[in-house]
Amino acid sequence: MASTRGKFETRSPENEKTKKYDRQLRLWGDHGQSFLENARVCLINATATGTEILKGLVLPGIGAFTIVDGNNVTGEDVGRNFFLLKHSIGSNRGSAACQQLLELNPHVRGDYIDESCETLLATNPSYFTTFSVVIATGMPESTVLQLSKLLHVANVPLLLCKSFGQIGYIRLQTPEHTIIESHPDDGFDDLRLTDPFPGLRKHVDSIDLESLSRAEHAHVPYIVILLKALDRWREKHGPTSLPTYSEKKDFESIIESLKFKHHEGDDTPHVEPLNFEEAIKARARTLRKTEIPDNVKKLFEDKECENLNPKSKPFWIMVRALRDFVAVNGTLPLRGSIPDMTSDSDSYVRLAGVYKTEADKHCEDICNRVNEILTALGKPLDIVCEPEIHILCRNSHTLDVLRTRPIFEEYERPKSNLITDSLRNNYQPEEPEIVYYVLLRAVDKFFESFKRYPGCLTHLMETDISKLKSIYSKLVQEWGIGPFPKDDLIHEMCRFGASELHTIASVVGGCAAQEVIKVVTHQYVPINNTFIFNGILCTSTTFDL
Amino acid sequence: MEAMDQGASESTTESSHWPSRWSDIEKILNRTGPLSMPEFEEGKLPAVQKDCNILVIGAGGLGCELLKNLAMMGFINISVIDMDTIDLSNLNRQFLFREKDIGRPKAQVAAEFINNRVPGVKVTPYYAKIEDFDAEFYKEFSIIVCGLDAIAPRRWINRLLCSMLEYDDHEELEPETIHPLVDGGTEGFKGNARVMAPGITACIECTLSFYPPAVNFPMCTLAQTPRLPEHCIEYVKLIQWPKDKPFGETEIDGDNPEHILWIHEKSLERAAQFGIHGITYRLTQGVVKRIIPAVASTNAVIAAICANEVFKIAYSCYPNLKTYVMFNDTAGIYTDVLEPERLADCMSCSIKPRMLRFPRSATLEDVLDFLKESPQYQMSNPGATTATHEGQKTLYIPGIKSLEDQTKPNLSKTLEELGFVDGQELNVTDKTSPTGFTFKIRYE
Ligand SMILES: [Zn+2]
Repeated sequence: MASTRGKFETRSPENEKTKKYDRQLRLWGDHGQSFLENARVCLINATATGTEILKGLVLPGIGAFTIVDGNNVTGEDVGRNFFLLKHSIGSNRGSAACQQLLELNPHVRGDYIDESCETLLATNPSYFTTFSVVIATGMPESTVLQLSKLLHVANVPLLLCKSFGQIGYIRLQTPEHTIIESHPDDGFDDLRLTDPFPGLRKHVDSIDLESLSRAEHAHVPYIVILLKALDRWREKHGPTSLPTYSEKKDFESIIESLKFKHHEGDDTPHVEPLNFEEAIKARARTLRKTEIPDNVKKLFEDKECENLNPKSKPFWIMVRALRDFVAVNGTLPLRGSIPDMTSDSDSYVRLAGVYKTEADKHCEDICNRVNEILTALGKPLDIVCEPEIHILCRNSHTLDVLRTRPIFEEYERPKSNLITDSLRNNYQPEEPEIVYYVLLRAVDKFFESFKRYPGCLTHLMETDISKLKSIYSKLVQEWGIGPFPKDDLIHEMCRFGASELHTIASVVGGCAAQEVIKVVTHQYVPINNTFIFNGILCTSTTFDL
Repeated sequence: MEAMDQGASESTTESSHWPSRWSDIEKILNRTGPLSMPEFEEGKLPAVQKDCNILVIGAGGLGCELLKNLAMMGFINISVIDMDTIDLSNLNRQFLFREKDIGRPKAQVAAEFINNRVPGVKVTPYYAKIEDFDAEFYKEFSIIVCGLDAIAPRRWINRLLCSMLEYDDHEELEPETIHPLVDGGTEGFKGNARVMAPGITACIECTLSFYPPAVNFPMCTLAQTPRLPEHCIEYVKLIQWPKDKPFGETEIDGDNPEHILWIHEKSLERAAQFGIHGITYRLTQGVVKRIIPAVASTNAVIAAICANEVFKIAYSCYPNLKTYVMFNDTAGIYTDVLEPERLADCMSCSIKPRMLRFPRSATLEDVLDFLKESPQYQMSNPGATTATHEGQKTLYIPGIKSLEDQTKPNLSKTLEELGFVDGQELNVTDKTSPTGFTFKIRYE
């Protein structure tokens, strides 16, 4: 027994799976990974775009996937899809793709249904509502509408994707998606200097700058310096006053006055203390009133937060607890971490401890509130676990909810003003992405009328160009949008001829896979709601359509 | 033997043709459109397949994707260089590798996979460093695509491609000496891609500020005032390992769990001394190996953008990206296209020697330190020679022990003691560049 243990100890504490996923666990953490591994996605149609999306989910370890596809593999399919082999020409496309995709990751389960989406919608529509996310590719408009309505009511996110020549299209429909960890690039520090909590007050008051040696003085964390300077400022300007931008020089001179006083005969060379430099730099960033961000206020006013009931999701129960906390304390819970700064180890560690202690207190308070709410609702306490509340408290400033407009609504009532504005104020004067959106919709109408895509037969190019042009003009008129773009893009749409270029399928595949990961992990912020990629200029735009 | 080979290749040809195989790309290649470039010609697929050689540098996260994309976009003559072998932590994104391939050269496994999967495509692997080859080798490729995770090799290939440029009597670029470079890079959910025509568009050196150098913790923080768990780990790595020699004279191997465990344990001890929390095995390994997070999706997007640009260069079917795109999908999906300007005095794509101003009392070491520390040059371990009346005179050659010992005394000599006259040329070599640099020393 002892020897086994000894042996085990010399090995890495990681298992094979955490080693394999190491590079992504550093982004979304073990908890994000476990959400991913519990997710089941459905792909409708194993097109090149569809299988590239699945590749981007199978590699990081999605729990399971199902491909719904009634088509058989063609020579064209094999030419554009890396996960279809020549010998599978003629066999079911979902089955062939499933086999090759599963080979990418033994931890992922996958299967297929040898039936078209249309058939399944007719015979067993509720099947689609059992998934975490449904990804749809290669679908005509009529099926899109049906699926969009079905999944909207069932509250299942739908990702509609398309590669058409050099154009990529991703549309997210999610009735309600809650975001806990946004991971903003410009993360902020929650220091509470303008209204210090008692622990911080006491800690700063216990430090007497005058009594410190020169070396100690040069290692006082800037947080302490700023708060001492603010105290002096407030003695003069009032107890809640903050220096404005124009008063910055006055405030800096207070900071200056706190610097180490040189004694007579002290001939050590003068070195600018880094901690004071940092204090001056941090002034504008940190001496701002701690406010409740708009995104969080919006959540507090949300009907889901307002009307808690036994069906409420854990997210809303936690948000309600947060709201109650804010009602009492006036601020969100403290994040509890401080950035690195010039300091000696002891001063830094003690200061960090002051923040951590306060944050733990807040978190405990919220845990209690969550338990009270759960009890009142008659729900078991373990449906919200403590680590979850910890993560929520740490990220309470960036919580958000996303409710995208459903696709069927977009199709029934197009946002004419938004489209017209985008046509006028585009940043790519030659080829605004919004034109490609309208053209893609025109192409779908073309397909509804002629049961084929424009430009797919070279000898019909000229007629298709004029047909597409008239469909496009009709659409433009119906929607009341304009101005009309050059005919060039209509011509190029026909030249694309519904080709699914592998490169564009792969761009859409990567982007869409990440959107699915965002949706199932509740981390990072998904698109709202339509993303268009233009491979010719390598530009993209997202529209809320 | 010969007959067997021929038989094999014949059957390959046969099996690599089937109806409609290329019908998607042919829609774009066999029909022109208003957005084609003026030099676009219809029906070039067979000619390009025959004559266009593509070189992929790197068979990692981007490289695997690039090979797949290029093969699926109809390129059949592809080479790939990579000096690495496969590790378990590659498998979450480097999708041409399986667990059974761990330890084998990436280039070789990737080439085998593509050659088996995509009929008619021939990927030639080179399990080597890019520096193992010279201009003669690189000249053979029509387009070079880079999927690297470090800046030094990018700069090396950039400088080589720039040095291959030739000009005619009117100082006009000879177009056939231009070998376009398509370069991609990723880090977490961020990425970038660029198209570079050496001598025409901004090169890697022109935009060196896009690649900020790694930030190191100050030594005094590590030794005297550690505050973060990272400080403790870095201290154990830099100070305690060489002192304690826990595994003899071996250097730290970030993939050896026993090494990481030792560092982890010692870092915990050090952290406890200072009351610091938060050291984990994962963090320890991350700091020791300077791990950059990576996901499949970002690599897929950037490699696809790069391959799409290769396709456009090869056929002129659409204009190319001008010239640099940034990608980020943490909040929504965001792209931004920039066209950085060429630096008129770029060290790589301009050949004019550059001025360096120093006092007569400056030592050779001062000059070389300047080249290392200056953000513009960021050299790693430069060596120097100068041209005198007697011919080329060696000043300092690092790296080769006997030469280094022999030339080391020159480091502490002043420029004047070394016989420099105002305006004399100083030739510097460094591993960030295959060709070296020419400076003129001006006395202040
Ligand atoms: Zn340059």
